[in-house]
Amino acid sequence: MEILVCVKRVPDTSENEIELNGAGNDIDRDDLVYSVNEWDNYAVEEALQIVDKVGGSVTVISVGDDESEEVLRREMAMGADKGILLSDDAFENVDGRGIATILKAAVEKGNYDLIFTGAQADDGAAQVGGMLAAMLDVPFASLVNTIEVNGDKLKIGREIEGGNQEMYEISLPCVLSIQTGINEPRYVGIRGIRKVASVEIPTLGAADLGLDAAAVGASAARVQRTDYFLPEMGDGAEILEGSTEEIIDKLVELLKAKGGLK
Amino acid sequence: MAQVFAYILHKDGVVDDTALELAAAAKKIDAGATPNAIVVGAGDALDGVCNDMAASYGEVWKVANDALTYPDAEIVRKLLANILPADSIVLFAHEHLGMDLAPGLSVKLDAAFVPDVVDIEGADGSTLKLVRQEFGGAVSAHVTCDASQGAVMTIRPGVFAADESKSAGGQVVDKSADAGDFAATRKFLEIVEAEAGDVDITKSEVLVSCGRGIEDEENLEIAFDLAKAMGADVSCSRPIVDAKWLPKARQVGTSGQTVKPKVYLACGISGSFQHMGGIKGNPFIVAINKNAKAPIFQVADVGIVTDMLDFLPELTEKIEEL
Repeated sequence: MEILVCVKRVPDTSENEIELNGAGNDIDRDDLVYSVNEWDNYAVEEALQIVDKVGGSVTVISVGDDESEEVLRREMAMGADKGILLSDDAFENVDGRGIATILKAAVEKGNYDLIFTGAQADDGAAQVGGMLAAMLDVPFASLVNTIEVNGDKLKIGREIEGGNQEMYEISLPCVLSIQTGINEPRYVGIRGIRKVASVEIPTLGAADLGLDAAAVGASAARVQRTDYFLPEMGDGAEILEGSTEEIIDKLVELLKAKGGLK
Repeated sequence: MAQVFAYILHKDGVVDDTALELAAAAKKIDAGATPNAIVVGAGDALDGVCNDMAASYGEVWKVANDALTYPDAEIVRKLLANILPADSIVLFAHEHLGMDLAPGLSVKLDAAFVPDVVDIEGADGSTLKLVRQEFGGAVSAHVTCDASQGAVMTIRPGVFAADESKSAGGQVVDKSADAGDFAATRKFLEIVEAEAGDVDITKSEVLVSCGRGIEDEENLEIAFDLAKAMGADVSCSRPIVDAKWLPKARQVGTSGQTVKPKVYLACGISGSFQHMGGIKGNPFIVAINKNAKAPIFQVADVGIVTDMLDFLPELTEKIEEL
């Protein structure tokens, strides 16, 4: 089984507070700590477990700048066999459709049975996997939280509401978007990173992929973010202040009044 | 402005709450237009759903076929690509079917795609002005969408007040003959129901709920200690279940349980919309989080900006003394 996993370098929200910059039109990107999108780790782990069972290889791929190479290397330290970076000035500020178009061109240069994306990334869009499948004209399932290989077919579960699961039989090749919780991604130590530090990661640009830069780039993006802002919400919470003791006294009174203590 | 269509979710003849939310969203795109609805399915209950929707939509496009008894996104996507006019604007609820179906549909229609829309500021010609959220709701973003070749959008459930006017006086149009074939490359097998847990948190009146802020499995003890002192049950957010520290049956959220307690203590929970979507009945929400900018403080009644790991044991001690 040849598996391709699409990964993305994102600001790590557990390491950063995401705030607006001084001008209020973008997030403050100074000193942001980046890491691999959380969902993608589950996707890579699932690919590795499938290859452990049925054989094959795992390739990780990312659309991004040079710094995305560290993310590919991290996933290779988990056990992925190959990394491919798709990078070009023309790929800056593309929309989701543009990312899927770039990935499609790269997929067609390989011979993959199965393609994974994370179910979503930092922008919460959850769009690239479904678009990529439609462009490749192969089956797709999102929010996948179990996979069982049965010959040239997969039995998969999708996470739906209420903790229930929708089961499908799906034929290969296909694209699946992987939900967190499907497995327990393995730990990557510093030694693992060192082992793959000098492995060459090929970089492909628009020309290598046979893409017309004008057709995938920012000028072709029909969906564009114009700015970031903080929404005006309602009153928000009443923040309890004072010493811990004072806060606890206030909270206990409130809990009593609202039926929170039995 | 192009014709707006809303895809209607329904089950066992009952229309989902999002159906009238999409009608409201459609009117924010163009207040003067009358949106159409699309209802697909099978069986006797389908006509009732269509008739209900005719009160709120100008035309209700019905596609009936036994292959649609269970709505498989692949089959529905294909039929929608067959029946929708070019350049349409198509709205879905941003839930598991919409997420499965809509991105691929946008490619098949060669339309723009905008996921998880939380507000619509209007249209300037064929450019839609929309609002999304990023980074788990920490910031919002203005987004423009060139809908000149059509647009597909998923709309976050619960953000638009349902349009209850029911004054459309619409008609049902049977489009089944135009839907094409219903063949699929994936086959729906069954729904596997969630396993029942040791505690039914949907019945709990008071919940001590923990999120990422718990940091380590061993720290769960302080949540259980507090819950015991309060006479509460322990629930959690998704990352705790993903880490296998607590069973799925204790997860609050759209993909977990829907709870309706009187009091909800959100400890170290950022407050994503998927989590808040599982909390109903307007409980008294106390947020305890060391990040003063966590979205949970926007929706909680009372907030305490502190590390739950220090705060919970002290609160437990005080309650035990009462």
